[in-house]
Amino acid sequence: MSSLAIGTATAELLKLARRPAVWVLLAAAAVLNQVFAYVVPYLSYTSGDGGGMSDGATPEQLLASTMPDQLVANTIGGFAVFAGALALVLGALMFGGEYGWGTVKTMLTQRAGRGTVLVGQLAALAVAVLIGLLVLFGLGAATSAVIAVAEDQAMSWPSLVDLAQGVGYGWLILLTWAVLGAVLGVTLRGIALPIGLGVVWVLGVENLVSAMADSVLDALEPVRDVLPGVNAGSLINAVLVDRSIEPAPGVTDAVGEGRALLTLVAYLVVAVAVAAWTFRRRDVI
Amino acid sequence: MNGPQTVVEVRGLTKRYGSHLTAVDRIDLTVRRGEVFGFLGPNGAGKTTTLRMLLGLVAPTSGDIGVLGHRPGTPESLARIGSLVEGPAFYPYLSGRHNLRVVARYGGIPGRRIDERVDAVLRTVDLTGRADDKYTTYSLGMKQRLGVAAALLKDPELIVLDEPTNGLDPAGMRDMRRLIRELGTEGRTVLLSSHLLGEVQQICDRVAVINHGRIVTTGTVEELRGDAELIVAAAPSDIARDRLAAMPQVRGVQVRDGLLRIQVDTQHTALVNQALVEAGVAVTELRRAERQLEDVFFEITQSPEMSHV
Repeated sequence: MSSLAIGTATAELLKLARRPAVWVLLAAAAVLNQVFAYVVPYLSYTSGDGGGMSDGATPEQLLASTMPDQLVANTIGGFAVFAGALALVLGALMFGGEYGWGTVKTMLTQRAGRGTVLVGQLAALAVAVLIGLLVLFGLGAATSAVIAVAEDQAMSWPSLVDLAQGVGYGWLILLTWAVLGAVLGVTLRGIALPIGLGVVWVLGVENLVSAMADSVLDALEPVRDVLPGVNAGSLINAVLVDRSIEPAPGVTDAVGEGRALLTLVAYLVVAVAVAAWTFRRRDVI
Repeated sequence: MNGPQTVVEVRGLTKRYGSHLTAVDRIDLTVRRGEVFGFLGPNGAGKTTTLRMLLGLVAPTSGDIGVLGHRPGTPESLARIGSLVEGPAFYPYLSGRHNLRVVARYGGIPGRRIDERVDAVLRTVDLTGRADDKYTTYSLGMKQRLGVAAALLKDPELIVLDEPTNGLDPAGMRDMRRLIRELGTEGRTVLLSSHLLGEVQQICDRVAVINHGRIVTTGTVEELRGDAELIVAAAPSDIARDRLAAMPQVRGVQVRDGLLRIQVDTQHTALVNQALVEAGVAVTELRRAERQLEDVFFEITQSPEMSHV
């Protein structure tokens, strides 16, 4: 990466670090992850009423689902739906905000060409997503360790390979959603519409198509199988350790691991190409 | 395209939006090194679109642009240009200082020099005392000054300022004019767009007037204003007019609002007075009147041949 792209990336990271909305998104992701991966199962376990919360899971299964060996599945389990939506919002905020404030002209009149600016911005987005992901992993590790100590359970951690795979898959999933948000921000030149459309897609359209393909219209299966959320859910499914526990919403075995990986990479590449094409060609007026 | 003394050279520059709107129509423009060049025109005349094309923000439909010897929007040209186009645009959640740090990083200023440059430009625009306050708390005048500070960060050879006094109070406008004039005397080239005629007259060495997307005229302020006039209150005015019209030094005489307006080199003022007295005319007032740029501007932009363009 050129020095100008690095300068752009550091400028973007400086902006992200001081932008309150970014911390709100990270806090939301952390709270949702902690509540659904640890707090609710643990409270169900301690109340001795596993069946009320978790499709008949036994208290032992609930406790097991909060242990350190489940760290990867617990951290990225929600990425198919809620964390994906939050990442999409981050991408839209980061790229669309420049149009809302008119700062795109400030960026583009400094030194770097448009392609370099875009590379710097995408690099900063990738770093920010990775940092957020590592924070979620760290919080999950801390919480599971506390529960294990409190319940006098053996502390068994995922192997480094499993951990690296989980971080890699989680990063790919979040980055894909974030870059899709960025594309919407660049093409629609704002924040509100990209976020509205993106969230409707992640939380509404994907679930609707999946549900219809699973129940009433088999012909929709090929469409379902190329959706980013379905492929993200399939990739998460590949890293589940304990399959006796009900997975998080959006986690599915609709697509194989290899195909899901390739599909998400393809989304990422196409999204970057569309953003670059749009960003470089458009007049800034 | 550019010689060493030419900072901006534009030939046949055109920008069309769709098939009906021509924002800039085949303009030619040359800005020389070290001058404060005024780009004057009414709102919607095409000033900002032209400046955006010089900065690479807008792609021309046709024509050639050379900025400091390079194509517009390239790192080579942008590195040497500071600009404030159509108002300042910064991040509302950052302080003025942090906004400048961000801009400095976009501008490729080495990390070790960023704080030094930021402090320097904050001092130049007299914003040091409020540098650590959030941008959203700034008055419009402070936002404009921060915009100028950002334009100066790279210590640029060419500064492009688009309506820099917009929204400022009289004191703010005076300070901004003084700052621009100082920038011009430091050996930089300043390209200033404005619809404020007095501002351009006070600040600029040369001026181009744009109207309906076309350059109407270009020249120094003095050239555009032309010669001064003599205003004479005299009676009887018909005898006075005939006597003056007969003088070889006088190029023209008009009677307007009961006053004689005489086109004559003002070094002949005493001669004019003597001729009128000798003709038995009672002269009650005789003064020199300089044409203001505003008069010239309205003559140019409202002339029938221009108004249909």
